Amino acid sequence: MSARAAVSAVVDPEIRVVTIDDLGILREVTEDPETGRVTVTITPTYSGCPAMDMIRADIRRALATAGYLDVEVVTVVAPAWSTDWISETGRAKLAAAGIAPPNPARRAGPIPIALAVPCPQCGSAETEQISRFGSTACKSLWRCRACREPFDQVKPL
Amino acid sequence: MKKELTELLLRLGDDALIAAQRLGEWVSVAPEMEEDVALANIALDQVGAARLLLSYAGELMTEAGESPAAAGGGVVTEDTLAYLRDDREFRNCLLVELPNGDFAVTIAKLLFLSAYQRLHYDWLVASTDERLAGIAAKARKESAYHLDHGTQWVIRLGDGTAESHRRMQAAVDEIWPYTHELFQADDLTRRLDEAGFGAAPATLRDAWLAIVEPVLAQATLDRPADGWAPADGWAPAGGRAGLHTEHLSYLLAEMQVLHRAHPGAHW
Repeated sequence: MSARAAVSAVVDPEIRVVTIDDLGILREVTEDPETGRVTVTITPTYSGCPAMDMIRADIRRALATAGYLDVEVVTVVAPAWSTDWISETGRAKLAAAGIAPPNPARRAGPIPIALAVPCPQCGSAETEQISRFGSTACKSLWRCRACREPFDQVKPL
Repeated sequence: MKKELTELLLRLGDDALIAAQRLGEWVSVAPEMEEDVALANIALDQVGAARLLLSYAGELMTEAGESPAAAGGGVVTEDTLAYLRDDREFRNCLLVELPNGDFAVTIAKLLFLSAYQRLHYDWLVASTDERLAGIAAKARKESAYHLDHGTQWVIRLGDGTAESHRRMQAAVDEIWPYTHELFQADDLTRRLDEAGFGAAPATLRDAWLAIVEPVLAQATLDRPADGWAPADGWAPAGGRAGLHTEHLSYLLAEMQVLHRAHPGAHW
């Protein structure tokens, strides 16, 4: 298995239905042909994301299992992560798990406000935001007025 | 210029760190459960920014052979700066160290600080220091959410019941004088501005007022007169020079006690 494939399969510790590759947290995997050293570059979703230590450990574990022992994990903050980096596969996995994927993040202006977030359970557009801040730093809290289910949305950033 | 940059990083990082510590006090006692989660999330964003800023400051201090007095030399990390400095070594503005008060006071602090941080980070994105610009580009997106949260609450409380209006107005009146310090120029900000690093130029206050005043108006709140400050030449200030209110010492005692009792402890 290539180093890239091993790291790409690492799941997000807080949203375990998507991988760090799906979320755009994984930026780059390079392997030095001379030394065999693998350098993995990742970026946090939010500056204070508490999952970063675990993600680093999981990357090392995945690489070790695949036979790569000389590993460096580099964390960068620029360019700043955006929800626009979540792949189509990632968005589909989120929706299937009952988490509404983010609307497109706007480049300028104040915060991106979701005009309509369809309920990931029943598909109704009759939803309302309960709080901008949800169970993790990257999610907001919603409820569906049609099926009455509460749900999370990965909020546009 | 490294010395000046270090000082700027401490100002920014300490604002974020102390704001986070105060917000953390609300966890489990906020007015509603969603608010527990919201304030904790905002605190987490602030801790994240503080870690990036103070780590950078620590690296520059290590290179320069400086360290907090209580650390006694060696490598300066984010933890050294958070846990082993005394009050006089902190560079945060006074606003963030003020007690939480009632919920309205916390919200007034949140609105004023987040509007300032949003503008300041916007400004710093253009800094000639690439690493600082990168940190600012990330933090600015997060502070937009903080500002939005503060705005919504100020309007809800100000334009709410007679009691919530009374409390929100009292909170705005109480905190307003401390906002002048955010925009005070001093030798350091002037030197940094000249070098293109970006500090808090006095000109940011107009942009800040352009954010805050419409919120107060929509909340049916009176915008406090600048009155006694700074027209007569004095406003509460001193944080940037390490001269703090007594509240900071109590906050630090709680924040630092575990680390000082068990240096290097992890869990």
